[in-house]
Amino acid sequence: MILRGRWAANRIQQGNKMAEEPTPFERFVQGIVPENPVYRQLLGLCPVLAVTGDMKSAMTMAGAVLFVLFCANVIVSLIRNILKPHLRIVVFTLTIATFVTIVDRFLAAYMYNMSKALGPYIPLIIVNCIIICRCEVCGSKQNVFAAGADAIGQSLGFALALASIAAVREILGTGMFFGVRVLTENWPDWVIMALPPGAFFTFGLLLGAFNWVDSIRSKKDGTG
Amino acid sequence: MKQNYTVQAWLVLILAICYGGALAGMQMKLAPIIAENKINETRQKVPELVLGAENAATKLDIKPETISIDKGNKKISYTVFKAGKDGQTAGWVVKNADQGYAGKIELLIGLNPQTDTITGLFILEQTETPGLGNKIIDWEWRKQFINKKTDKPLVVVKTGAKEPHEIDGITGATISSRSVCNIINTATNDLKGPLGGKQDSTGK
Repeated sequence: MILRGRWAANRIQQGNKMAEEPTPFERFVQGIVPENPVYRQLLGLCPVLAVTGDMKSAMTMAGAVLFVLFCANVIVSLIRNILKPHLRIVVFTLTIATFVTIVDRFLAAYMYNMSKALGPYIPLIIVNCIIICRCEVCGSKQNVFAAGADAIGQSLGFALALASIAAVREILGTGMFFGVRVLTENWPDWVIMALPPGAFFTFGLLLGAFNWVDSIRSKKDGTG
Repeated sequence: MKQNYTVQAWLVLILAICYGGALAGMQMKLAPIIAENKINETRQKVPELVLGAENAATKLDIKPETISIDKGNKKISYTVFKAGKDGQTAGWVVKNADQGYAGKIELLIGLNPQTDTITGLFILEQTETPGLGNKIIDWEWRKQFINKKTDKPLVVVKTGAKEPHEIDGITGATISSRSVCNIINTATNDLKGPLGGKQDSTGK
């Protein structure tokens, strides 16, 4: 009873706040750069470090996350009014796990080689914090359109982050981009870039650059 | 109005049933495709493993067999593909797996009809370290196994293989290289007898 009472109080508060909550378009834009899940929120770093050795697997991962995040966010948003607060994490996990399993089986059936290359990282999307975070922040509070737009925006931001790291690592590590040679044959492949340390180097430097650009910008705006 | 946990969790239960049903339906549709992908991969590799890369497009009759071997107190089963050409045995492909450095390594080993020579090697599954251990999948490394005799166990050496049964290890991945050799050695050692005998009785 106590829990139900609190939940009701929460909902009334939310009702008052609803007007201030971001619109679907704002949610969409925020996900891409201003609240980028990787560079801003530092969430979901496991795939960021693990599957950015080449562009193809990075983009497959981004696609898988887009599908799972979109479906999970929309479903959570649809059932948000009948969702009990103390059971919400169970429901989030259940929903996410279902869609991840669908992606995993789909890849094994229709993109067999890619599924072999990504190995355990597809099932690991279940524990990707970006998704459970978006369900909590947006899906369980806003309507379907905001949730859908939020999912797409955040996934695009995630894809952008993966692409930026994978491009650097694949080009320097193998001289290729999407499996096509872009540097000359003489390029001495920097194997370290394809190895796990390369992921840390690249991510650290890019994150630094991201923050540096941001600090210059905010100084210019006079807000920093 | 007291509610127990089962009543409170009605939404979770309903969702679980819906999701379970959806997954079961999807699994029923996709499972045959996934199983076929795996078998196709093995079958595609058989001609190359038996006849060499230049004859990889040759069509062979492939018959899967299971061979059980009594090894003291335990029984081991091998999946063996018999490759036939014009009614004759063209060779064998043996599937064998064991622990590598980071995880399971699963190999396909091609043997000639007499099972005394290795005719090919393919890595079906591995999770070795990218850039080091996973070089076992490179053709440059795998090709040194071709035409190795099976009478002596293969040995990994670090500084240039000289003897006929020696294999160059991968720099920085000695354990992965050694695992591959061990998997081959066990398989050839166990199957030399049973397969060689089969060749004599059922062959030409």
